[in-house]
Amino acid sequence: MSFVTVTDVFQSYGRRPIIERINVSIDEGEFISIVGASGCGKSTFLRLLLAQERPMRGEISIDGAPPAREPGLDRGIVFQRYSVFPHLTVRENVVAGECLRTRWGRFFGAERKAARARADEVLARCGLDHVAGQYPATLSGGMQQRLAIGQALAAKPRVLLLDEPFGALDPGTRLSMHDFLQDLRAETGMTVFMVTHDLEEAFKLGDRVLVFDKHRWDPHDPNAYGATITYDFDARDGGIPFQTLQEDTNVFHAT
Amino acid sequence: MRLINIKPGRPLAVFLALLPFAAVFIAYAVGSEIRLAANPSDKLLPAPSTIGETAMRLMTEPDRRSGRILFWHDTWASLKRLGLGIGISALFGMIIGLLIGILPLIRSFLAQFVAVLSMIPPLALLPILFIIFGLGELSKVVLIVVGTLPFIIRDLSQRTLEIPQELLVKAQTLGASSGVIALRVALPQVMPRLIQAVRLSLGPAWLFLIAAEAIASDLGLGYRIFLVRRFLAMDVILTYVIWITILAFLIDWLLRWTARRFFPWAEDGL
Repeated sequence: MSFVTVTDVFQSYGRRPIIERINVSIDEGEFISIVGASGCGKSTFLRLLLAQERPMRGEISIDGAPPAREPGLDRGIVFQRYSVFPHLTVRENVVAGECLRTRWGRFFGAERKAARARADEVLARCGLDHVAGQYPATLSGGMQQRLAIGQALAAKPRVLLLDEPFGALDPGTRLSMHDFLQDLRAETGMTVFMVTHDLEEAFKLGDRVLVFDKHRWDPHDPNAYGATITYDFDARDGGIPFQTLQEDTNVFHAT
Repeated sequence: MRLINIKPGRPLAVFLALLPFAAVFIAYAVGSEIRLAANPSDKLLPAPSTIGETAMRLMTEPDRRSGRILFWHDTWASLKRLGLGIGISALFGMIIGLLIGILPLIRSFLAQFVAVLSMIPPLALLPILFIIFGLGELSKVVLIVVGTLPFIIRDLSQRTLEIPQELLVKAQTLGASSGVIALRVALPQVMPRLIQAVRLSLGPAWLFLIAAEAIASDLGLGYRIFLVRRFLAMDVILTYVIWITILAFLIDWLLRWTARRFFPWAEDGL
């Protein structure tokens, strides 16, 4: 049973179509990498998934629920920048993942203490426990992104959306963030969508890689057509699941 | 070496900072000296020592008629009006600015209206305020509010709009309601900007205060200056001007300190 269902989604800004005829269904727990050239509607698609925008036509539903009208608790997001609150300390940022949904947006008394203890666990998991009392501006880019992911996970969303989360990081930090993300995924088994420019990253982390591109191209009017999903790769086992399948079925296993 | 790369060391920086103050003082002292040499009873440029004596007299000796030390009463009356006016402006500026910035409905409703209101020269309204609110405290406070509120509203709504959209979306994905977003995400982030806006508004606020006091009052720093103008009492006027400058500087410094103390994360914005 598909978990996230995207049916016939179109989106255009003004008279300029951005994406057209997107049909895809995603199972719960899948890691979807989304790649494509700049301006090919990857981020637009992510905004539609987030319900920050609503599609002109078609609909996106999660777990059979009616299409969302605005961003909500079931979808978490990590942007490339500006994902953490600059006016809260690192620990409070993680607590915010739980407390913003309450009536006054904060916890009091024992509840507050418990939330802080839970936040400290999350921070230890993210390797940020030594900077819990600092403000995000004092952290490096990689630490800020780890914090943003920790904060998003503290809210326990059903779908996690990542918009070029590691785009601004240096290669070394990026590799350690991959490990961090893979560990988290192994633990939580969450459904993840990640937009990236880095093909290697997309295939390394993703179960499926969706490629966005324009399938029609008018040289006299490059904006005439929108992009759609042109390839849908199975990226498990380094992108060669078919061979694994053969190995499994035709090779005798001595067990 | 290029001029833009030459940075003064600590002692030179202090010396350069003090230099203009010393230059103005010396220029005044010399001018005063020349005039007093020609005419010992000259009132236009009293000697610095005369100003010092006048200041001491004003600050310590009670008025013969009322028995009060008018200097401090003037100061208190003026600061009360200023504080009340700026305080009301800051409070309403914050609320309205935040609402305009965060709610598209209120933005459509009020933004243009405030933009037009802010173009009215407040001093042109002063006679109307005197007619409506009388010559008492109220009209002076209202003048300061009218003069500074539109600016604070516009500044704060602009700053609220400048909060990255990502943060507002993020707060929504964490389940925050509009109220929680306003109170816990937007408000804390524009608070340092509010203090900046108040600092910038203090100049106009003093202007409106002194203008209102000069026209109709019986106590206040501006009133006193315009009163003793009739007697050409330059020593009193200069004492009051210096005192107002010191007060304005101290308030500004205090506000900056407050912003740094309570909003350490906004370092680069201050």
